[in-house]
Amino acid sequence: MKIILTTTAPNIDSDVDPRFGRGAYLLVVDTDTLQVEGHPNPGVNASGGAGIQAAQFVADQKAEAVISGDFGPNAFDALKAAGIPMYLYGDCNTARQAIGRFKAGRLQQVGAPTQSGHHG
Amino acid sequence: MRIAVASGKGGTGKTTIATSLALSLASESPAPPPIFVDCDVEAPNAHLFLKPRLEQGQPVGIMIPVVDEARCTYCGKCAEVCAYHAIAVLGQKTLIFPQLCHGCGSCTALCPEGAISEKPDPIGVIECGTTLEGIDFRRGLLDIGKPMAVPIIRELQKLIEPLPGQAVILDAPPGTSCPVVAAIRGADYLILVTEPTPFGLHDLRLAVQVARELNIPAGVIVNRENGSYLELEAFCRSNGLPILMRIPFERAIAEGIAQGKTLVEIHPEYAAAFWIMFRQITDSQS
Repeated sequence: MKIILTTTAPNIDSDVDPRFGRGAYLLVVDTDTLQVEGHPNPGVNASGGAGIQAAQFVADQKAEAVISGDFGPNAFDALKAAGIPMYLYGDCNTARQAIGRFKAGRLQQVGAPTQSGHHG
Repeated sequence: MRIAVASGKGGTGKTTIATSLALSLASESPAPPPIFVDCDVEAPNAHLFLKPRLEQGQPVGIMIPVVDEARCTYCGKCAEVCAYHAIAVLGQKTLIFPQLCHGCGSCTALCPEGAISEKPDPIGVIECGTTLEGIDFRRGLLDIGKPMAVPIIRELQKLIEPLPGQAVILDAPPGTSCPVVAAIRGADYLILVTEPTPFGLHDLRLAVQVARELNIPAGVIVNRENGSYLELEAFCRSNGLPILMRIPFERAIAEGIAQGKTLVEIHPEYAAAFWIMFRQITDSQS
């Protein structure tokens, strides 16, 4: 199963990055083989719409789930429209830890935006 | 003569200066009373001081895209060309985020299927009126919750058609971001109002850079002066910025403004001072 996590570095032992739109890397993970591929987040330096850009990337990758610390209203709407379930890191520190908990079904799924968005 | 009043830092006295300059020109200048434009569309307040009789507002909007799902092939071209990330194509769904759209029309023009049309999205109003002194007053008012001030300021700019000899005074928003650029672009002269504090000087430096970038000559008014602030004096001198006026830190002025009075109503002698300043500016630019 292909999932995507926001991380601070492009590898599986990286720390999690709690920001979705402006997290440093989008880590594409195959949960069966634990093969990973790190992509710089396209929205990091966007003046606006960072969450939408990141969501577009996740949808284009045809990921089946996405894990981050936070999902703003635009990112939430976009990922929901794409039908991609969103999960929260909770107190996970590393990507490896989060993948383990995801596979064990122990991450909280998001049903609404977790913050109110950023402007300016 | 089109004069913009800006500051960098907020709360330095832009509206105090702009409204008093307008009233001074109305009373002292032989030309028709000026056009006054309140470009601080997120929080316009010049009307509280000039008290125009405002007429019915005209709505301002931007054109935002509407996707015809029947014709859309989800090719993603619109999302790719949108510089503001206001469109996402997610599988079999094209999603538009109106609050990020700048109304540039790229998606509509470049959609290979002709599946995008546009509809107006109201973002605010422009209101016009005349004051007792004959000042031709306009202001923009952004709807609450709308993030984009620039289209309203551009619309205000389009409506400015001065009579021969009639001055135009633009009261800019605070800061140095896009709305300020939209408000001061095209001005013949920029009055930068500052206060003699490190914060005031810091933001004045930024505002001067904007003026340079836009190639607008500028001068400084020091407001709330309370003793001399040498760093500000040195900055103005080394950057060739004339100090146009100094207004003291004075309780009577603060009390008057709190009651909705302008500087020229609190101290009528300022009318002559503003008129002299205006003529110095026009002479220096001719």
